[in-house]
Amino acid sequence: MTVTSAGMPATGAAPSANGAAPAMPVSFQRRVIRTGLLGAVIALYLCMVGIVPIFNARPLVQGVISLGQAALILSLFATGFVATRRVAESSGRLIADGAIAGGLSGVALSALVLLGSVVDVRAFLPNASPVLYGILTFNLGTIGFWIPMAAGAVLGGLAGAIGLASPRMRRSLFVGLISLFALGLFAGLIRTPMLQLPVAELARLLFASDGLTLIGAVVVLVASVGLHHVQRTRRLDLQFAALPPSRRRRIQVPLIALAAVMILVLPQGLGSFFAQVIAIVALYVMMGLGLNITLGLAGLLDLGFVAFFAVGAYTVGLLTSTAEFGIAQWPFWAAVPVAVIVAMVFGAFLGLPILSIRGDYLAIATMGFGEIIRILAGSDLLKPILGGPRGIINIPKPIEVPPDSFLAGPNQIYYIALIGAALIAFVAWRLRGSRLGRAWIAIREDEDVAEAIGINLIQTKILAYMLGAAFAGLGGAVFAALVGSIFASSIQLMVSINVASLIIVGGMGSIPGVIVGAIFLIGLPELFREFSEYRFLFYGIALIAMMQLRPEGLLPSKIVRREFQHGGGDEPPESSASPLAL
Amino acid sequence: MPLLTATAVTKKFGGLTAVNNLDFEIEQGSIASLIGPNGAGKTTFFNCIAGFYQIEAGQIVFDGQPIQRLRRDQIAHLGISRTYQNIRLFANMTAMENILVGQHYHLRSSWIGAVLGTKGVREDEGRAHREARRLLRFVGLQNKGDLLASNLPYGDQRRLEVARALANKPRLLLLDEPTAGMNPAESQQMTEFIRHLRDELGTTILLIEHEMRVVMGISEKITVLHYGQKIAEGTPIQIQTDPLVIEAYLGRGSAGTAGHEATAIPAVEATQGGASAGPTPASA
Ligand SMILES: Nc1ncnc2c1ncn2[C@@H]1O[C@H](COP(=O)(O)OP(=O)(O)OP(=O)(O)O)[C@@H](O)[C@H]1O
Ligand SMILES: [Mg+2]
Repeated sequence: MTVTSAGMPATGAAPSANGAAPAMPVSFQRRVIRTGLLGAVIALYLCMVGIVPIFNARPLVQGVISLGQAALILSLFATGFVATRRVAESSGRLIADGAIAGGLSGVALSALVLLGSVVDVRAFLPNASPVLYGILTFNLGTIGFWIPMAAGAVLGGLAGAIGLASPRMRRSLFVGLISLFALGLFAGLIRTPMLQLPVAELARLLFASDGLTLIGAVVVLVASVGLHHVQRTRRLDLQFAALPPSRRRRIQVPLIALAAVMILVLPQGLGSFFAQVIAIVALYVMMGLGLNITLGLAGLLDLGFVAFFAVGAYTVGLLTSTAEFGIAQWPFWAAVPVAVIVAMVFGAFLGLPILSIRGDYLAIATMGFGEIIRILAGSDLLKPILGGPRGIINIPKPIEVPPDSFLAGPNQIYYIALIGAALIAFVAWRLRGSRLGRAWIAIREDEDVAEAIGINLIQTKILAYMLGAAFAGLGGAVFAALVGSIFASSIQLMVSINVASLIIVGGMGSIPGVIVGAIFLIGLPELFREFSEYRFLFYGIALIAMMQLRPEGLLPSKIVRREFQHGGGDEPPESSASPLAL
Repeated sequence: MPLLTATAVTKKFGGLTAVNNLDFEIEQGSIASLIGPNGAGKTTFFNCIAGFYQIEAGQIVFDGQPIQRLRRDQIAHLGISRTYQNIRLFANMTAMENILVGQHYHLRSSWIGAVLGTKGVREDEGRAHREARRLLRFVGLQNKGDLLASNLPYGDQRRLEVARALANKPRLLLLDEPTAGMNPAESQQMTEFIRHLRDELGTTILLIEHEMRVVMGISEKITVLHYGQKIAEGTPIQIQTDPLVIEAYLGRGSAGTAGHEATAIPAVEATQGGASAGPTPASA
């Protein structure tokens, strides 16, 4: 980057939105301003679509900062961060650049406040209300119009200054802020069970009914940064790995037991709503692991994946329902294997005709398959069998228990869904390391070469569709029992897209990735009403951010294994030394 | 009896006849080479043998069985393995996994067995891993098994591709320019390795090669292609002095002085160190 003009640019260089950019002779300023304008658009967007006002209802730190304000702060900070990223500059320049970019974004918000004081724009921008202006000006009204501007400049400058900190400090800071954010969001959830335990006082000290208390925020910040620092300097993970296996197990076993107990008592502590959310996440984990085989391992795109879920659900519905369309009134446990097998048959059905289709066409063909199943399920043609739009109702719970039992209601499904997801994760893990799993990956990597190596493409691809479908079918079966009914309207294209997104966000081909992806993309929006309004906006942001920042996903599959068992007694004697070995 | 016999094989791409009425044989346990200027149809002929292309006319018989209508995996099962001119490893798999997947046909475990973790499957996998480690050592990659194929240096990738091909326990190994992009020392190593392969495992080897030192050094028979047709066949000595070959390599203008330039073929090669730089095309 060629920078010639010396010193700090005049602060008056933060001009109004129209046409400032071309006047600047030097490219760095143009970039700073462009980023600032982009940030302005994003900040205005956050306000105008209602994210800021709606999120404002949820405090992050009680009485100090709300989620809505945090969203704005984040956007201003990010503007400054992006504007000063990847530039080697003097410290003063970095801070100034960040401040200009952040300030520019703030100017847009200030302009909005001023505009709002003159004309009422609510007719076409319903969210531009006094409530929003109050949030932007800390309730000072029009006199406080300068606040967003100043806040933008300060935050942007801070972001620029962050670039000066050592990477280590920066990381500690990020860890602290992320912990603060996460605990602030989950405060209510953590507090509820704590109140029933002897630590109730501590819970009241740290957590408000929503969000952290001020003391809690400080404690979280200090504790997380401190822990991170200890980990960085003492390398606890390496120390742990260096322990002898017996010692390691002595630490691991109680931890695993503790986790198991926590999973078991979770519905008691957090209530059945939370249990239900986890059950839904577990359902998506099942489907995600299924699609992870077809798409993640074998590389076969399938946007009609919800069809197999529907097949599993309808099969259980037909076989177990005690109402009109039930045909057998079987117990759930007898119907499940049938559902899985029927789903596999449908998987083969889908697989056969589209075997030779590649790439984009596959997306369309599979999406069509999903739509066919959805339309058939709701059609008049199959109405006498599947009930049309009215669906199949009265699907009994898997285990009949008295209503006061701990297995009553959604809790039962919570346990069943978790067991199902764990079972599927185990099967997926075994498959991944098997001969078949390797063949799938080879097909994904290079289909022609895979075939020339001796892999039967037809058989291997069909198996990918069938086993993927089996997992989804099991998910559908559990879903039918969870809801107690199944309708054609449950088969939405969006479900397929959700499943594909969570795999991409989690990390293609990675089993832990699927779980993390499901928690992020399914669990969070279910837990927070504020999020669920903007679910697809967040999907879009998450997908774009992933592609840009971490294309391999949150938890990519560990392709490069550090430990690789050389040697040992099972080595055959060196029959032939390589002439290529140097 | 020859291991592979091709009779009157023709492969066309639209108006271009890439392989034209080609007769070719390779004896069991021999090392033979296919040479010719760029675009002569060598790779295309490999693709015909390995089932990548359907041929328009002719017949290819491997071990007494016609294979021109078989799928690629069926041909692989019969015992034909190949490498590629532009390396085609499974980039996101480790070196070890590349070789493991190369053994696909020789492993017997079913997916149900794998899920249940049966004893048979565990033994099968154990054998596969031992064999993969043996092959890694065989090609000199013993410490690189857990690296991603795409992270290996170029020469290692070529060797890994050979190892992956060997994992299928081939009877006929097709090597498409195995020394391309290698320096003289490396290509010398590769030459010795190929000879060693045949001597040790008895594998029949057919290679496409531009590096004349390699070709002349190890081939028992050389076939020269030009515009899809066979223009010469014989021992290295015969090929080196064949006027048609020299014409094909040096262009029409020098045909009259062919006799004097008999040694020119290796000389031309020696000046070219580049990756896939072959001899000057025949077009004068
Ligand atoms: N898939 C294809 N479609 C159309 N034309 C092709 C195809 N493959 C090869 N050709 C053409 O066929 C001819 C023979 O190509 P081939 O790759 O077999 O040559 P080659 O002898 O291997 O040359 P090189 O030494 O450069 O590798 C060339 O003219 C090439 O352009
Ligand atoms: Mg070629």
